[in-house]
Amino acid sequence: MDFLNALVALSNFVLIPAIAYGSQLALGALGVTLIYGILRFSNFAHGDTMAFGAMVTILFTWWFQSMGLSIHPLPTALLALPFGIVVTAMLLILTDRTVYRFYRRVKAKPIVFVMASMGVMFIMNGVVRFIIGPGDQRFADGERFIIKARDFKNATGLSEGLAFKTSQGITIVTAIIVVAVLFWFLNRTRTGKSMRAFSDNEDLALLSGINPERVVMITWIIVAALITIAGTLYGLDKTFKPFTYFQLLLPIFASAIVGGLGNPLGAIAGGFVIAFSEVTITYAWKKVAVYLLPESLEPTGLVQLMSTDYKFAVSFVILIVVLLFKPTGLFKGQSV
Amino acid sequence: MSYSLRTPLLFGAVALLFILQGSTDWWIFAGSWNASLTILNMALISAIMALGVNLQWGYAGLFNVGIMGFVALGGLATVLVSMPATPGAWSQGGVGIVFGLLVGAATVVAAVLINTRMAAGRNRTLATIGTLVVGFFLYRFIFDAGVAGVEAINPAQTGYLGGLNPGGPENYKAHGYMTLLAWPVGGILAAGAAWVVGKTALGLRSDYLAIATLGISEIVIAVIKNEDWMARGVKNVIGLPRPVPYEVDLQQSADFVARADSLGLDATTASTLAVKLSYSALFTVVLVALIILAQLSLNSPWGRMMRAIRDNEVAAQAMGKDVTKRHLQIFVLGSALCGLAGAMMTTLDGQLVPGTYQPLRFTFLIWVMVIVGGSGNNLGSVLGAFLIWFLWIQVEPIGNWLMSVVTYGMEDGSALKTHLIDSAAHMRLFSMGIVLLLVLRFSPRGLIPEK
Repeated sequence: MDFLNALVALSNFVLIPAIAYGSQLALGALGVTLIYGILRFSNFAHGDTMAFGAMVTILFTWWFQSMGLSIHPLPTALLALPFGIVVTAMLLILTDRTVYRFYRRVKAKPIVFVMASMGVMFIMNGVVRFIIGPGDQRFADGERFIIKARDFKNATGLSEGLAFKTSQGITIVTAIIVVAVLFWFLNRTRTGKSMRAFSDNEDLALLSGINPERVVMITWIIVAALITIAGTLYGLDKTFKPFTYFQLLLPIFASAIVGGLGNPLGAIAGGFVIAFSEVTITYAWKKVAVYLLPESLEPTGLVQLMSTDYKFAVSFVILIVVLLFKPTGLFKGQSV
Repeated sequence: MSYSLRTPLLFGAVALLFILQGSTDWWIFAGSWNASLTILNMALISAIMALGVNLQWGYAGLFNVGIMGFVALGGLATVLVSMPATPGAWSQGGVGIVFGLLVGAATVVAAVLINTRMAAGRNRTLATIGTLVVGFFLYRFIFDAGVAGVEAINPAQTGYLGGLNPGGPENYKAHGYMTLLAWPVGGILAAGAAWVVGKTALGLRSDYLAIATLGISEIVIAVIKNEDWMARGVKNVIGLPRPVPYEVDLQQSADFVARADSLGLDATTASTLAVKLSYSALFTVVLVALIILAQLSLNSPWGRMMRAIRDNEVAAQAMGKDVTKRHLQIFVLGSALCGLAGAMMTTLDGQLVPGTYQPLRFTFLIWVMVIVGGSGNNLGSVLGAFLIWFLWIQVEPIGNWLMSVVTYGMEDGSALKTHLIDSAAHMRLFSMGIVLLLVLRFSPRGLIPEK
């Protein structure tokens, strides 16, 4: 019984939140990795573009809610998601046309792209705050829980409850679908193959008649989809606040690098590595330990390795360790 | 226009902006010398940060996006040096904290030694992990007890270790010179952090340094916010001593009042202006000294070597230059300047408020200054700092003015008009982004280009 209770507590506080957060990070890191693979720079505007995508989705959600449109028990935001993706894709293509295309044409150094992306970050940040303000926004509706803690307790007779939020369920399911579609696209379709070819060897790809501008445009559209989905899911799961999206930049970069920059499979693995490390290191293990250890050994403190405020430090330390020992990442990304 | 004329003309134009701010309230200007000097003081500090970034980017092509962290470390140094030691803090836990930190450091060293000395294999992995786990719990045990002891001392007012001020809690404000001592200490703290980051990230692909510095700056802020025993965390340390006189003291000095009278000023205004001017003088001395040093280094063989490395790393390496080492050197130097500026800023504010450190304000704004001013040119980045800081402050009145023009035809109280006017404050980031992109695209060498 104690063992089951410990298992439930572990799933409730560590496994489920970490899987949901890991899926969000993985989607974000996939975007970073794709941009790195095709356009060859680290996009600092990623977090704020994520905020933009989520914001557009929220605006559509509010509009639908005011019209009484609903897909209960699912949140209305899912209905608004495609519209958010379209608007974000248009914005990203516009930024590419006005900002990045010029530097591609003059073959600027990667660092110049990074700086330009910093400018884009400023602008996105300003636009998001200008339209929706810097504060918290609530847009989640529909059923809040798939499994409620009390129902679980009643059904199983265990003293630990297991809560499974709808947002977590949706996050996991959506992430699986998105990743499956993306990999099918990259590995099976002609366009996807040309993208991979372009990422592996640009010159050879150009020689074989691949249109670089088309590849770049499709990359931005895919990135827009990934980023809007990740942003909206994160907002549903936690809260929408523009500044938290900027702060997501570090764990997202860490995920992409840990997995190996430019490698989509690595980005997913990296997302989960980062998410699980963050959650396990900042979780107070007392609740689980109480069930597993005999009474005489029960811990007096919280058994928390680090305070939750240091979750950024966790991704940073992992990042540094990977940079020191395996700069190409776990899955052999590109590195020099 | 020849370049020799261009520099003084641009500096003159920026000086005119500050003079207008002080003398007239026409258009967007405030018409107050007080406001003008406030902007000037921060502009001087920003200029030092910009010099540091220019050292890294302009001389060596290193992309540092962790300026905020180094600035915050400088601020921390000001507290640690200029505040008085909290009575009893060292005996009730300070020693434990230091001992705990030593244990932590020893653990890391031991793990590294095991990793390098032992033969690879399962034994080595087990020994490393074992050392780390045991060391970590030992460290937490000693350290936590120390922290609890320190934070229990009068938590509403102190609850931290305090600093090195010899005056003690009653008389520490008489030892204002301690803040001046804190400036170089701030530089050293920042240099230490930069060394750790540089050692790991330099030599890898260029954007890794950017990501690593972004990370370290977030962590420095997190540490300062959460380690209450160090600088009270988000409870803030206020009432730092000052290297310049207090307004109240000036107003009570008959001599000062008489002199203010002879200038036709009332004592209150004169005292605020005098204090601000003394800060400006202090900062100007530091800035001028740094500009001279930076110019000398730029034209020295060392500066030529740096630019050679920047322009063609492979060629420089072939000539026998140790590129990674030189990069580390200049990265540490530039970050030290940011730390110095951070200590000066905390001195100017008279308090350390970790919550105010925002990356957009402290990291990316400095970048805009350097790029707009002219990367690779010391005078250019100084000019950029003055100009951009002035605009950063004035974007709000400009935004309000713009919005009132845009909304001129709309009827009062309409939702759109209220929203537009309320959002004018967010114009700041937006306009800085536009400025950065425009300069990067159409004039990548900046206002005063490198020769």
